[in-house]
Amino acid sequence: MAFICVVPVHLPQESLLIPLLEHISSSFHRETRIVFLPIDPSFAYDHSRKQHNSSLLLAKLVDIKPKDALRIVGVTDLDLFIPILTFVFGEAQLSGPASIVSTQRLRNEFYGLPKNDGLLQQRLEKEAIHELGHTFGLVHCRNDLCVMRPSTYVENIDLKPPQLCYSCLKTIDEKLKAIPP
Amino acid sequence: MENIDVGILVVDDELVVRDSLYNWFKEDGYRVDTAEDAKMALKKLQESSWDIVLLDIKMPGMDGMELQKRIKEIDANMIVIMITAYASVDTAVQALKEGAFDYITKPFDPDDMGHLIRNAVAQRKLTEENIQLRQKIDELSKFDEIIGDSPAMKRVFELVETVAQSDATVVIHGESGTGKELVARAVHSNSPRRYFPIIPVNCGALPEGILESEIFGHEKGAFTGAQYRRKGKLEMADGGTLFLDEISSIGTKTQMDLLRALETKQFTRLGGTKEITVDFRIICATNQNLEKMVEEGTFREDLYYRINVFSIYLPPLRERRSDIPLLANHFAQKYALAMNKKITQISPGALDLLVQHDWPGNVRELENAIERAMVVGKPPRIMAEDLPFQLSAKKTDLTSDSLEEIEKTHIQHILERMEWNITRSAEVLKIDRVTLYNKIKKYGLKR
Repeated sequence: MAFICVVPVHLPQESLLIPLLEHISSSFHRETRIVFLPIDPSFAYDHSRKQHNSSLLLAKLVDIKPKDALRIVGVTDLDLFIPILTFVFGEAQLSGPASIVSTQRLRNEFYGLPKNDGLLQQRLEKEAIHELGHTFGLVHCRNDLCVMRPSTYVENIDLKPPQLCYSCLKTIDEKLKAIPP
Repeated sequence: MENIDVGILVVDDELVVRDSLYNWFKEDGYRVDTAEDAKMALKKLQESSWDIVLLDIKMPGMDGMELQKRIKEIDANMIVIMITAYASVDTAVQALKEGAFDYITKPFDPDDMGHLIRNAVAQRKLTEENIQLRQKIDELSKFDEIIGDSPAMKRVFELVETVAQSDATVVIHGESGTGKELVARAVHSNSPRRYFPIIPVNCGALPEGILESEIFGHEKGAFTGAQYRRKGKLEMADGGTLFLDEISSIGTKTQMDLLRALETKQFTRLGGTKEITVDFRIICATNQNLEKMVEEGTFREDLYYRINVFSIYLPPLRERRSDIPLLANHFAQKYALAMNKKITQISPGALDLLVQHDWPGNVRELENAIERAMVVGKPPRIMAEDLPFQLSAKKTDLTSDSLEEIEKTHIQHILERMEWNITRSAEVLKIDRVTLYNKIKKYGLKR
């Protein structure tokens, strides 16, 4: 059975993954598993920017994706960038198999605020669903009450709900129907 | 404008930049494509329509600056956003001077990019709206509102077309209600000033002091009650046309100030000292004989010669009776639509009455008469009795003093007015139908 594969990539706080699995599974009605795969992210490190190139990590995830996995999502605490942007919370292949999410800028500590693991968990879940949504062909949604609404600041993530709106849910359901379980 | 309707073309020689931007815009739902060099970009610009081009300044071969010039040749309104590294900000500033919408330095903040694209889309939308509105103004710049097929009106149309293209001052002569303001608007809307306003001032409706302030504006405290600075109509007409209706009513002081403003295109607000320069055209209208007023000394001669560069004479309706059916039908259709009434025709009897009437109030009076008839009339036609002046209709010339002769002529007249409808004619004559038939037979009346 095709499943959604969650892969930690340099993630010391693996406890975040258990609630995440449940959330992904209930959002996409697919079995979701954590798979530990050997990835050394140093190849994607950019010395001048002191960040990791998210596109390179994404390409690596595509290479190592288990054959029976429907989608793969990497979860990392590394600070990610794409060449044209100063940073990204995550990246995905639109209608492709892979996506990646970073917890680095989802942490309150990054902004000099007190640690809040509950908030971090919520933010991670929202961003993981958002990026996985792209892999199922969803584009950004204008609905304030949809997790597919784009977020350029962490505050934007807090404002949106962890679920898809009715319209995006309908699109996802149709896509999933076409994929055998 | 939905995101899917917005086309973005990314031109950059670096694959990673192209791919990153492609994915970024795709996720936002935009229609997006990429080009690796200027040649490919120009090909894609010819093949399909694009709203925004993101252009790298430094590229091998034709660089971004040169490509921007080519793009502007293809579509002058294209939104071009330059992508640059820190080292080439000077070049980006130069690109802005040459018409680029904005520039962005690599790498950029995701929020900045989002704002930039949203602003660019809004700008593109405004530009398109502006083009569409200009096209609409051009479509409206016809003589649709002025109705007339008589030789006199054809001459008026010719004069309007001739003078519209120039910047000459125009005086429109004509009786009250002949449509002088419509002609003024036609001159303006066919002139190169049509994208700017036409500001009308009814000089006859305002006392001298107020008229002066209305035309030239005033500064705060210029007179009792001038609590705020106020722009005058002359300033509002900057770039456009000032229409002075009933110019003959303006007083000597305002005539003098107006003459100065006309000659220098400069004036000062009431109570002010600052000279204000404006670009305007003046169109005047009058129902008085200005030449006679000059002779009598009630209108300044120098102002008369300054404004009387080009004259258009609007004939009264009684001098162009052949236009009356055309005008009446136009107004009937206009009010049928406005009142949602299914009256679309005017009976021959009613039309005859309309043509015979002398219309001292000209087209305005005719329009009012038709509007009233539309209110009281019943579908499908306006009948003679629906018109307000039927009882004052042209008197019948009587050739005899005999009572029989007068009765015969009157019955004949009523029958014609009622279009030989016996029942209605009998009602108007207050006799029964049998009596009417007998009288028709007796006097040998025929249709």
